[in-house]
Amino acid sequence: MKIRCIVNGKQTDLETAPDRRVVDLLREDLGLCGTKEACGSGECGACTILVDGESRLSCLMIAAQLEGKEIVTIEGFSKEHLHPIQEAFIVHGAVQCGFCTPGMVLAAADLLKRNPAPDRHEIRRAISGNLCRCTGYQKIVDAIESLARVEEESDE
Amino acid sequence: MKKLHDAHGATGIPDEKGEGHFHTKSDLPVPVGSDLFRADAYGKVTGRERYAADEYPAGLVYAGVVRSPHPHARILAIDTTGALACPGVIAVLTGGDIRGTNRTGLPEMDQPVLADTKVRFTGDPVVLVVAEDRELLRQAMAAVKVTYEPLPAVFDPDSALAKGAPVLHENRKEGNLLFSGVIAKGDADFAFSECAAVREGIFSLPRQEHAYLETETGVAKVDGDGVLEMIVSTQSPFRDSREIAAALGIPPEKVRVIAPYLGGAFGGKDGITVQGHLGLAALHSGGRPVKIWNSREESFVSSTKRHPGRVSLKLGCTKDGTLHALSCRLIFDTGAYAGLGGPVAVYGMGHAAGVYRVAHSRVEGMNVYTNNPPSGAFRGFGIPQVIAALEQVVDMLAESIGMDPLEFRLKNAIRVGDETGLGIRMSNSADIVTCLEKARDHPLWTGRDEWIRQAPDYKRRGVGIATGVLGIGYGPVIPDIASAKLELLTDGRFRIYAGVADMGQGNNSANIHIAGDVLCQSPDRFELVQPDTFRCLNSSSSAASRTTYSYGNALILAAGVLKERILDKVAQLHPLFRRENLILVPGAVRHTPDGSDIALHTIAEAMQEADRVATATWTAPVNRQQLAVAPDVKMYGFPHLAYTFTTHLTRVEIDEITGAVAVDAYLAWTDAGRIMNPHVYEQQIQGGVIQGMGYALWEDFRVTEGAVVTKNLSTYILPTSMDVPDILSVPVETYEESGPFGMKGVGEIGIVAALPCIANAVAGAIGFRVCDAPLTPERILTALRRAA
Repeated sequence: MKIRCIVNGKQTDLETAPDRRVVDLLREDLGLCGTKEACGSGECGACTILVDGESRLSCLMIAAQLEGKEIVTIEGFSKEHLHPIQEAFIVHGAVQCGFCTPGMVLAAADLLKRNPAPDRHEIRRAISGNLCRCTGYQKIVDAIESLARVEEESDE
Repeated sequence: MKKLHDAHGATGIPDEKGEGHFHTKSDLPVPVGSDLFRADAYGKVTGRERYAADEYPAGLVYAGVVRSPHPHARILAIDTTGALACPGVIAVLTGGDIRGTNRTGLPEMDQPVLADTKVRFTGDPVVLVVAEDRELLRQAMAAVKVTYEPLPAVFDPDSALAKGAPVLHENRKEGNLLFSGVIAKGDADFAFSECAAVREGIFSLPRQEHAYLETETGVAKVDGDGVLEMIVSTQSPFRDSREIAAALGIPPEKVRVIAPYLGGAFGGKDGITVQGHLGLAALHSGGRPVKIWNSREESFVSSTKRHPGRVSLKLGCTKDGTLHALSCRLIFDTGAYAGLGGPVAVYGMGHAAGVYRVAHSRVEGMNVYTNNPPSGAFRGFGIPQVIAALEQVVDMLAESIGMDPLEFRLKNAIRVGDETGLGIRMSNSADIVTCLEKARDHPLWTGRDEWIRQAPDYKRRGVGIATGVLGIGYGPVIPDIASAKLELLTDGRFRIYAGVADMGQGNNSANIHIAGDVLCQSPDRFELVQPDTFRCLNSSSSAASRTTYSYGNALILAAGVLKERILDKVAQLHPLFRRENLILVPGAVRHTPDGSDIALHTIAEAMQEADRVATATWTAPVNRQQLAVAPDVKMYGFPHLAYTFTTHLTRVEIDEITGAVAVDAYLAWTDAGRIMNPHVYEQQIQGGVIQGMGYALWEDFRVTEGAVVTKNLSTYILPTSMDVPDILSVPVETYEESGPFGMKGVGEIGIVAALPCIANAVAGAIGFRVCDAPLTPERILTALRRAA
């Protein structure tokens, strides 16, 4: 079927089977391999993307669900410069093997949009659907928390 | 908030050009010892880093493995006609199509690429299918017909060693016994009779699944020159290339293995995973590239696990609390194939006395074949199992003689120059004493009684400690060699050819840190080539806490060579400059008397290509103590020379209603030599501890009659961000003479003490010791009932 959607800011016309998994569509058809797959069943969060600004698991979505939607993958998350979340992940050492990182960054973006000043517990809750086997999460929480503080400061 | 360009903080953010290109506020080098952002972080946060999983070359076809549904069976017939008739099928291959040895494995070459006469575990590869796409592959795989004659099977080491048990590998005269060995000192049997107190425990340790997020994957093709080229997620590209060549019957020089950054590994990709299948598929795909990417279920079914096993440990001390006698007997289940089973058992045995002086000891170890999924290397390599037993019995013994468990440990802890309980002379850096003292003085320890008393209703609280030790490198016989290669490019920048894969621990970023320090250059002047058997030099596997330790030492040598050549060239070009007045500065060589700089690119252009490339080999020093052990015990890694040490402290709260254990706080003091890069050091400790916490509490890999029951991440429970606390990690710095810049490898020490630390806290909280890990709510509730 034909699907019209916006992918990383670009109007995109896709010709694909309606039941094609979105993660395959992104990785194989569009070459957007920053979206990772690590379980294929919605258990790990590695394939997280933003659909109309909200985090979604692309391994559980099918192509037909993209009609008329705006999709952001990690490749489209930063424009000319790194997004502050990406910068925070680098600075705070939140990246080890990096396979969970794109999903984590986008899950963090979803959280900070909903709650600009989350505390550590709220951060831990928000990323609890994203598994990381390397870091123990602490530095990921540090990275996200650093942005929450900035938000608080600017409110004052 | 930390900023990217803190004047005194970390520097080195890669720019849009990607890995190895850095924006730094200044052109200054970042000395070893201070924070340096990892070179791989930029590519990973932007999604641009290409892992093996991300390769989709033009003309790609897919391969898949038809696996045995039986734990032990003879193959009577394989009918491939149905599969060959399926649309889009390119090849259907069996063991009979393999021209080489059809065996992989180290040190035992006992694992077939595809089964030839029989299968030995549920999941053993039998038929390889290559097809145009994944859907056609699935259909063709379903059309393969294999006729089996099921054989009696064994699912635990005791049954496997029983007389008349079915034998997995008929050619082995030892039957199902893969390895057995002894390490002894003095007369342990008699020494127990001299002890004032003796305690004993039998501990059951579970399988642990690595659960790296990037499942086993790779892409391979045969190019026009007949070279089999493979991009694969592996910790051991150089060893793989030799194994692939022998197994498939192709010349080693015709196999090229490239190892990009891995999406995690933890030991699970130390050796062959999909490489044999990929290579075989590529040899039969008409030159088209072939991809294998295991599903999570296939990964769980086919990959190696941490050895499950039983450790029986007895410990005795004199009236004043001096450890006097130790006996330890460990029996591991290596599954259907040896993997690294022998070395894993020896590493465990070789750490059975932990951080302590003990006068007499006897340690027996066995590793046994069963029809279970294969076990293999996993962070800690046999040591977490043994430390889990030892550190719990230490607590039990301290209680028996009425000593504080921390003071008891401190009293018996080794100092530099001491002989350990296994007779190893601690000749190198070792500071477990300070680790223990810092724990002793910490408010969480001194204030523990009050915190425990304040437990809310229906909650029990406990505070536990444990120590750990881990030898780095390969041991006294297998040479631990690294060969570094470093090139001065004609634009004046440097390229490091990494010889050791980076599975996520950041060792290849550390290369930039090290070479930058030696050459006085900022990180943005370096680029990295990830391991490639055709471009880089064999520096062995990413394992044994030896990646930065060994390659770093080689790189210091190579950088030193290149530095001298650069300065020599300037002295040659400028006859009026005295050689001793020349120094390297960022981007240039400076003539110090007049401060004039000659740009590196100018020098590079004047140098011969061969002179711009420096290589150097470093061989790790070994422990030359002559201890009376069998040759295989020595060969498999006993004793080590340099060790890392740690003391962990935790407090837990147990829900009496649900049996759930919540870890409230966790601290780790670690001697890993000098800290090269503080935030990378913390990454390793935090990650290791949390993996250990999963091992202790939640990760329960179930196998029933040889078949994996926990096939996904909703039944095999990994720690999530909600399950774990922040870890306070404090380095206790020493200077290790044999390490680059005084460091010791820190990749594994974080995991070794976590299970006993938590178990000790739990035992204190509920008044009963749960000897079977993980400490699941069911086991805790049962224990609570027994304690009542």
